Amino acid sequence: MRKLLTNRYSSIAIALILAIVFTCVVILVMNANPIRVFAVIMRGSVGSWDAFTQVLQAWVPLILATCGLMFTFTAGLWNIGMEGQIEMGAIFAYGVIRYFTGSDTPGAVVIILAILSGIVGGAIWALLVGLLKNFGGVNEIFGGLGFNFIADAIMLSLVYGPWKPEGVANGSTRMLDRIYWLPQLEGSYLSLWALGIAIIGVILVTVILKGTYFGLKLKAVGKNSKSSFLLGVPTNRYMLVSFILCGIFAGLTGALQVTGFNHVLRNNISGGYGYMALMVGMLANIQPLLSVPIALIFIGLSKGASGLGIDLQLDSNLSGVIQGSLVIFVLIMDGVRKVIQRKGKGAANG
Amino acid sequence: MDVELRNINKRFGKVKANDDISLTIKAGEVQGILGENGAGKSTLMKIFSGLYQADSGQIFINGKKVNISSPADSVRLGIGMLHQDPLDFPPMKVIDNLIIGSMVGTFPNRKKVLKEFTELQKQFNFSISPDAYIEKLTVGERQQLEIIRLLWLGAETLILDEPTTGISTSQKQQLFATVKKLSKQGKSVVFVSHKLEEVEELCTQVAVFRQGKNIGQMKPPFNTDKLVEMMFGKVISRSKKECCSQTKTNVEISDLKIDDARLPISGVNFIIQKGEVIGFAGMEGSGQAQILRALGGIIRPSGGHIYLHNKDHKKQDLVGKHYFYFKESGISFLPASRLEEGLVGGLDLQEHFILAEKQKGFFIDQKGNQELTEQRIRDFNIKGTAESKVEALSGGNQQRAELALLRQPLRLLLLEQPTRGLDIESTIYIWSKMKQRCKEGASVVFVSADLDEVIHYSDRIIVFFGGRVSKPLDANKVTVDQLGQLIGGKGWS
Repeated sequence: MRKLLTNRYSSIAIALILAIVFTCVVILVMNANPIRVFAVIMRGSVGSWDAFTQVLQAWVPLILATCGLMFTFTAGLWNIGMEGQIEMGAIFAYGVIRYFTGSDTPGAVVIILAILSGIVGGAIWALLVGLLKNFGGVNEIFGGLGFNFIADAIMLSLVYGPWKPEGVANGSTRMLDRIYWLPQLEGSYLSLWALGIAIIGVILVTVILKGTYFGLKLKAVGKNSKSSFLLGVPTNRYMLVSFILCGIFAGLTGALQVTGFNHVLRNNISGGYGYMALMVGMLANIQPLLSVPIALIFIGLSKGASGLGIDLQLDSNLSGVIQGSLVIFVLIMDGVRKVIQRKGKGAANG
Repeated sequence: MDVELRNINKRFGKVKANDDISLTIKAGEVQGILGENGAGKSTLMKIFSGLYQADSGQIFINGKKVNISSPADSVRLGIGMLHQDPLDFPPMKVIDNLIIGSMVGTFPNRKKVLKEFTELQKQFNFSISPDAYIEKLTVGERQQLEIIRLLWLGAETLILDEPTTGISTSQKQQLFATVKKLSKQGKSVVFVSHKLEEVEELCTQVAVFRQGKNIGQMKPPFNTDKLVEMMFGKVISRSKKECCSQTKTNVEISDLKIDDARLPISGVNFIIQKGEVIGFAGMEGSGQAQILRALGGIIRPSGGHIYLHNKDHKKQDLVGKHYFYFKESGISFLPASRLEEGLVGGLDLQEHFILAEKQKGFFIDQKGNQELTEQRIRDFNIKGTAESKVEALSGGNQQRAELALLRQPLRLLLLEQPTRGLDIESTIYIWSKMKQRCKEGASVVFVSADLDEVIHYSDRIIVFFGGRVSKPLDANKVTVDQLGQLIGGKGWS
């Protein structure tokens, strides 16, 4: 029993079981059959090729956002401002496409420019949070939240203001011309380009964090910035760079949401992926590769649960219950594991 | 009261912290417990005071078997433990701290407590104001308060765990007088220490622990060599003092000034020669930490100069430069709190060596660094592997790791409490490594609360008192008495 509780992987498995049990209880309270609920979720996520491409399509923004958070998590920072950074990426990307719409510039060039400018937008938004923290002493959680609101406000003022389609104001811009869309797989919303970029992102983050001096120094800063400084790491600069890198991924996420999937700029384009990525990153214990399956499961749950309303007259937010309880139980098991380990070690310093 | 601990066993995982230990303490006895770090002293005392439960074994008080399963049990039985770090409430008043310990009734009778407190103080010549806040007291005073509190709660047996760490010489003398008085009153005292001299001075009998076992007892007159042999299993003699000091200036400190709200320091002048060891002596908080950190570039002086003397006889002033510039110039600082400022908990040894070495390229050469790490682990005799997380190492091995992390070439090595909490073997080893650096031309400046260490290892000693800084004194000529007076604030012109 002790071994089961102290091993990281078996403790995650226990947490998973507990989360499922807890969710079953919730489902039973709602007067539904848990097995049917999970069947619907499975069917809605991996039950058909169509469903699966939708999962992959939604996996792209989630994993990219998670990749970005790997940098700030490693540096010991909570980049709550991810949502706003994704929005700014989307705004910048859309702005560029809007500017070139109707010009002779080839679509591919415009898409590349849009993605690059989205990256810049996200990075700037993240850098602001980092600068506030470094020079203003504002905790990055509060800074991030603040900038999320500002990004929201900018977004709203654009889609209801100068960028609104003629005649209507429905919180969305006009749809992009087809030439500015990332190519999509026949008969689905999935863009293989976006998927490829996401996979490259995961590899890149893994290599940077595991194999480079930069990654190791960032980890040292996150674990103990005082010691790292005395060991010769310019801690403030590393924190700022981690924000910028995170912002780059956030901006990329936003830009791909515009050119690869939504093809419009609209309110809530970040889709909550920024917050969900925080959960994924936490569950993955800052391991980029581990976050790949976790993000898939999260997306599978959300996508699969969307059918609950039609099939079982249940609220599709049930997937949120599963995700949330998973995070909570993993954290609890983590706490249990640490307590047991501490007790085992005791203080053998006589 | 008479206490008997019989066949106590306690394991932590694979480690046998207490291996069938038996110990008898008669009333009025001052029982010393000697042993290096990890010998099982603290574990036994924690079992005795109810913090840990023994795996097996019995405890008898006045011949009657007792069951101690919590600290409250031990207090009720008349056992009082003085912990290494005083257990008190810093933001509260002295008198309230006393009252907290004995929550009897709803409304505390302050007047009565105050009267009893004053009487106890008088007995032991303490002079702590009952209305003072704990955070304003020195470590020594907090210790005195704790002793009074334990006696007031009715302790008949007092356990003192390494009580002389961090207190001044005069407070130590006062503590010893108190212990002697307690023993005269018929109370028994358990004095846990790794300092031979103190145990020899104070104790009426000594038990030596090694690797969780009670190796043997000794009564005065004590045979020091025998005690050391019992502690370590082999005789370690401190290496003969060797001087590698050259008459070549390495660093020149001129008119250094530090603006510190509580302790302004000014007019500091001295020269650090190549290969020399300078010890900073003084009570904690007398300004030595500030000067050391200023020399390391960690705090910025408000005036004066720190000149590096280079080979071409040019002087270079470091004041105002960034910490990294100091580091690049070959100045390294090793803080006293190793896991807070020196090492990064959660990273393993290899990761530390990679961090400390000069960055080569963008990607880390894991294999090359593993070889380097294993080489350093062998060179510095660190008990651990490349994958050992630093927080899992013992204090001595952490300090070895810190020394192993230092880059070449080194010009000036600054250390805070380099051997605090280490056993004699590690201490000797660490100093041999530092002396090796001296032979290569580096200078060592260190702060230590252990006067013995300062005298033994320094070539010259600088004494600090309340922000005042003495001239460097020749360690071979100065006497303990002279130093003690300076540290205590006497003999300053």
